[in-house]
Amino acid sequence: MEKNNRQSPEQILYEKKWKRNRMLNRSIQILVFLFFFIQWEVTTALGIVDSFFFSSPSLIMKSLRTLIKNNGLLMHIRVTLLEILLSFALVVLISLVIAVLFWYFDRLSTIFEPYLVVLNSLPKSALAPLFIVWLGTGMKTIIVAGISVALFGAIISLYTGFKQTDEGKIRLVYALGGTKRDVLRKVILPGSIPLIISTMKVNIGLSLVGVVIGEFLAARCGLGYLIIYGTQTFKMSMVITSLVLLCLIAVLLFVIIDLFDRLINHKKSSA
Amino acid sequence: MNTLLSFQDVQYHYHTISGETQALKNISFTVHEGEFFSIVGPSGCGKTTLLSMIAGLIKPQSGALHFSDSLKNNPSGIGYMLQHDQLFEWRTIYKNVLLGLELRHKNTKERREAAKELLRQYGLEPFQNSYPNELSGGMRQRAALIRTLVCDPELLLLDEPFSALDYQTRLTVSSDIVDIIKQEKKTAILVTHDLSEAVALSDRILVLSARPATVLRVMDIHLTKQGTGAAAARRAPEFSAYFNELWEELHGKEQ
Repeated sequence: MEKNNRQSPEQILYEKKWKRNRMLNRSIQILVFLFFFIQWEVTTALGIVDSFFFSSPSLIMKSLRTLIKNNGLLMHIRVTLLEILLSFALVVLISLVIAVLFWYFDRLSTIFEPYLVVLNSLPKSALAPLFIVWLGTGMKTIIVAGISVALFGAIISLYTGFKQTDEGKIRLVYALGGTKRDVLRKVILPGSIPLIISTMKVNIGLSLVGVVIGEFLAARCGLGYLIIYGTQTFKMSMVITSLVLLCLIAVLLFVIIDLFDRLINHKKSSA
Repeated sequence: MNTLLSFQDVQYHYHTISGETQALKNISFTVHEGEFFSIVGPSGCGKTTLLSMIAGLIKPQSGALHFSDSLKNNPSGIGYMLQHDQLFEWRTIYKNVLLGLELRHKNTKERREAAKELLRQYGLEPFQNSYPNELSGGMRQRAALIRTLVCDPELLLLDEPFSALDYQTRLTVSSDIVDIIKQEKKTAILVTHDLSEAVALSDRILVLSARPATVLRVMDIHLTKQGTGAAAARRAPEFSAYFNELWEELHGKEQ
């Protein structure tokens, strides 16, 4: 596209308006955040809301310090992060392999698709107790729980995406003398990178859900364990601090994948 | 004139669980070296089936398809241009053009140089590192043609390659593409449902009936063109007579 270097007054006005709008939206976003925490602090300080049940920002800060000092909070964070990343990595790997096999062997997908749909609609938290019986309490169970929440949906969306690849492109590869393997390597996989990344964005969240469910039931450490331990001993600040940390972890992981996404797209458009 | 390929009494049926559909019935015709040969017929009559058969994607169920010796011995002797340009949006134009070489395991330095030369010759050199979405429809079509030419085919199959373009672009791109094909001295088989396009571009036109496709006739086209370009062929004095003849062949005489 051609771009005018000397801008018309209308263009300058438009850009000004656009920037002002963006500034306004950002400011309101930050204000909402501040308002929420300030009213939380004020209402608990004034006794309108009972900080015993609802904690408060200052109590969270205090509890952060004591948790780090006395309960090894950093270790809990590390464990939860590790479990999430491991189950996420396994979900991505396994779902890609299975989706590719399904695409490659029609019969395989025809036979197993109904089973996959059933497994996907099963509430995975109901499986967690089974995993404890089969695998014991510990990291293995938690990672399997994390995988079980995300895996089936991931396979279905990847496989469906593969199937929706433009027939014309596939025909072209065959017409140029390619094989089914060439179709996979030159069309299906490279064409599905946006799909794979969007599936990853969903799965990182689901892995987190699965890991926390697993930790609720079968852990001696991790943020999910702290939440359960906190509720059982009525240390609400511990519970809410852990929740806030989970929130931060979720944001962090999403941002990492988003950066990865942008890196790939940037490489494409700047080349 | 040397015969490049010939169909002899070819039949083809499609099978689905809801029944059998005959696509081709007693099809016989020949294509000569160096000519621009078009296939027209009502939509869904089996034109694409014919091309798939020539490209070797499907085999005739009865009858025979004979190729000249040079085509028989050269697996990349047939190039195929499909509906829409089918450029891969995740590859640069240069990489798109190399696709055929990669698939035929002929991605040598020499062929890559030839690809660059073609890009230069046909005005796409400044865009070789661009992605398809940065190009106009006409340029994309040209890139798709170069992708086909890079494999150095003897015969080009064109399956309504201009159908996705708007009318204006279509006129210029089609004459542009035909000029390139003539310049490279290739034989071409064009499938189209645009009768004026067929008359304007072809040396001969094969007219097919509705499904199951049978050969209605083969028309020779001789236009006395003045000048070049998209409009010249359409301005030729014989143009409308050929067009009407073709129209009547397909739709019956107007009352």
